[in-house]
Amino acid sequence: MGQTGPLLSLKNISKDFYGNVVLQNVGFDLHEGEILGLVGENGAGKTTLMSILFGMPVIAETGGFTGTIELNGQEMHFASPFDALDAGLGMVHQEFSLIPGFTTTENIVLNRESMKPSILNDAFGDRMSTLDRPEMKTRAVGAIKKLGVKLDPDMLVSEMPVGHKQFTEIAREISRKNTKILILDEPTAVLTESEALILLDSLKKLAREGVGIIFISHRLREVAQIADQIVVLRDGVAVKNVPAAGVTIKDIASWMVGRSISGEAGPREESRALEEEIFSVEHLWVDMPGESVRDVGFSVNKGEIFGIGGLAGQGKLGIPNGIMGLYPAGGTVHLEGKEISLNNPAAALKAGMSFVSEDRRGVGLLLDESLEWNIAFTAIQIHGQYLKPVLGGLFTQRDSKAMEGLCKEYIQLLDIKCTGTKQKAKELSGGNQQKICLAKAFAMKPNVLFVSEPTRGIDVGAKKLVIDTLKKYNREYGTTIIMISSELEELRSICDRIAIIDEGKIAGILPPSADVAEFGILMAGATDSPSKTKRQSAAEEAPRA
Amino acid sequence: MRDIKTSIQDFGWPRIIIFIFLIVLFILAPIVGVRLDASISDVLNRFGQYAILVLALVPMIQSGCGLNFGLALGIVAGLLGSTLSLQFEWRGFMGFFGAIALSLPFSIIFGYIYGKLLNKVKGEEMTIGMYVGLSFVMIMCIMWLVLPYSNPQMVWGFAGKGLRTTISTEGYWFKILNNFLAVKIGQFFVFPTGLLLFVAICCYLVWLFMRSRTGTAMTAVGSNPDFARASGVNADKMRTISVIMSTFLGAVGIIVYEQSFGFIQLYTAPNPMVFPAIAAILIGGASVNKASMVNVVIGTFLFQGLLTMTPSVINSILQTDMSEVIRMIVSNGIILYALTRKAKVTK
Repeated sequence: MGQTGPLLSLKNISKDFYGNVVLQNVGFDLHEGEILGLVGENGAGKTTLMSILFGMPVIAETGGFTGTIELNGQEMHFASPFDALDAGLGMVHQEFSLIPGFTTTENIVLNRESMKPSILNDAFGDRMSTLDRPEMKTRAVGAIKKLGVKLDPDMLVSEMPVGHKQFTEIAREISRKNTKILILDEPTAVLTESEALILLDSLKKLAREGVGIIFISHRLREVAQIADQIVVLRDGVAVKNVPAAGVTIKDIASWMVGRSISGEAGPREESRALEEEIFSVEHLWVDMPGESVRDVGFSVNKGEIFGIGGLAGQGKLGIPNGIMGLYPAGGTVHLEGKEISLNNPAAALKAGMSFVSEDRRGVGLLLDESLEWNIAFTAIQIHGQYLKPVLGGLFTQRDSKAMEGLCKEYIQLLDIKCTGTKQKAKELSGGNQQKICLAKAFAMKPNVLFVSEPTRGIDVGAKKLVIDTLKKYNREYGTTIIMISSELEELRSICDRIAIIDEGKIAGILPPSADVAEFGILMAGATDSPSKTKRQSAAEEAPRA
Repeated sequence: MRDIKTSIQDFGWPRIIIFIFLIVLFILAPIVGVRLDASISDVLNRFGQYAILVLALVPMIQSGCGLNFGLALGIVAGLLGSTLSLQFEWRGFMGFFGAIALSLPFSIIFGYIYGKLLNKVKGEEMTIGMYVGLSFVMIMCIMWLVLPYSNPQMVWGFAGKGLRTTISTEGYWFKILNNFLAVKIGQFFVFPTGLLLFVAICCYLVWLFMRSRTGTAMTAVGSNPDFARASGVNADKMRTISVIMSTFLGAVGIIVYEQSFGFIQLYTAPNPMVFPAIAAILIGGASVNKASMVNVVIGTFLFQGLLTMTPSVINSILQTDMSEVIRMIVSNGIILYALTRKAKVTK
């Protein structure tokens, strides 16, 4: 085997989805026994890169890619994941792909079971062979031993703790005779700290046995701990490819997050003196699938724009959804001194809060109804506006004229491109749909406005308009805005303070002028202290790496 | 040109084709010896008989519960109301509106339970609803026998208890609406003013309701339940209200049908009433989650028109009497067609 050259070598990989470039000339080498840490923000291109490497059909369907993949110096063309498996690549996905009703052994050797010929073979061929269970178990135990963990080979996957499921997945990949390269996509995301440590140890053990490992994670501490080489992806470009020795978490964080560390992210507002507290949250928990909030507390001053950032899946989206009563939540929330009852959307809206959902098409809009309906509906239901009495106030009817007036007002105000107030919401473009969602929230005349991912999936021009509109409302009407976004630069350009959420808790609250690296460290969960970590402690944390 | 094209598209080709076919039948009728005035009178009559049953489907479609295959529940509520009205020997308008009033509490109870059940099986409302209807009709088959009705007009003559399968409304409130302000032209044509007026009032009331705050919320629940919930609307409550409304309108519908038809039909009779109503509203251009008054009126007219005209014209052409067979073929054929179209109009 090629002891000298790299085991795997990616050269000039580029990929675009319908003109939207997601990878640009990415390349790196992986040597035998080496652990390569691949880090990057959500959307930096990690998943796409791995899909290309693995020959996922989605790549070919969207127009293929350019660049070459070399394995042991030979150029490879994987038409499907099966080719990649045959060539010696193993992949452990973020989501488990195990059969819950099967045992550890059965899952590990699935589709590669050891066979015993039976008498039916003569008549029907190999398909009639029976399973050689003792042999299967031996192989499974061998793989588990190679991994260096404790796993019961006869346990059903459905009864396992998550950590064991993860180990079973890895054992399955390394039980293949020819697996030389193992790719792990966020393997520690679902593990507890102690489980993660065991996993990292077994990965090191595997590497010593000559397996090349690509370790994808946003937990920078883990990457810094086990990687030999670190590749940082940012906006589809491999911005760094350095040996791990001597690299601090802070370095990685700033490479990962910073558009540029000098911070030329446009003019920022002067810090404003806003004293009066309007809104506070204590010990909030929210049970939102994939975005659960564990224990969050913060307070917002009147007229402030408060930003909430963090990586996907850490719980930042759960905060507004929980406060607005869309997912089961607990804790205490006060608005203007009054406690807001949770789990009741109507109460939250009546109290003067309003929410622009991140799920525009799912929650934010009535796609099949007119723009008038979309903008006026919440005000009709909550405040009883845009209704007119009929038969001397016996009952009320929708006031079409008033609804049309309201709709026209916002079409003009927000510059919504549409054919008229009767147009259906589904016919608008993403940016204009977002403006409709904003108009719906503004029509409620809220005291506190939650905006969740306001610029997701809309083009650059519309992004600016949306941000400017938010700012305008804040400045002109004194609306307090709590903005949740994955895009740190966006938060830094508009917010007065920014809280970073990690694992369902606030990792720290920073002013927008803080160094990007500090944001990066908070996002990457490099701090151990559970909440309210201030800048100093973040800075202290860095040398530990 | 474009205006014509878009208005045709709005109206929908299937409706245009059926409409043309209906006109052809009307033209053919006098040629094969079917009286045109009697036919038109018949069509208007049947339209009035069935329209409210079709209207009953609208609230549940709007609230996202789909087509109410469990309409039999409302029909049973109406049967209870009308048999009770007969039991109390209420006559005339008192009997008719009394029957409606008596069916209201039953509609609310049935609708509430049915609505709670449908809230637990979201996405499967139509299948579950159908079996709710079927099984409830069967339970009522026992109830009609054991309930202590005593009016000799209604109970089996030999036993003195248990309701008959068909009970005449003659002498109570037979044709009470049909004859109200009816315009009679010649020997065969009667314009059922009262009946059509009543249908129009019902449609108007439902239309008004749909424009109210609750009605608006109901429509939004059907359009996007998550949106409605985020706007502080209790989606389950709206759905339950829509089911109760649908059940009550079904009760009113069957009472209107009985006064025109002349008989209260019990036992398994509610079952075959459901599918024609659904077929009518689908032919009228409604989809599984959007329906309007126009859909109700056009759909009922086309469906009942076809159902009245086809058998009589074909009978006359073939010189046989197989009108019931042809009626079954046409009615079930249209239902089949309408249900296949259903997939096309859903999102």
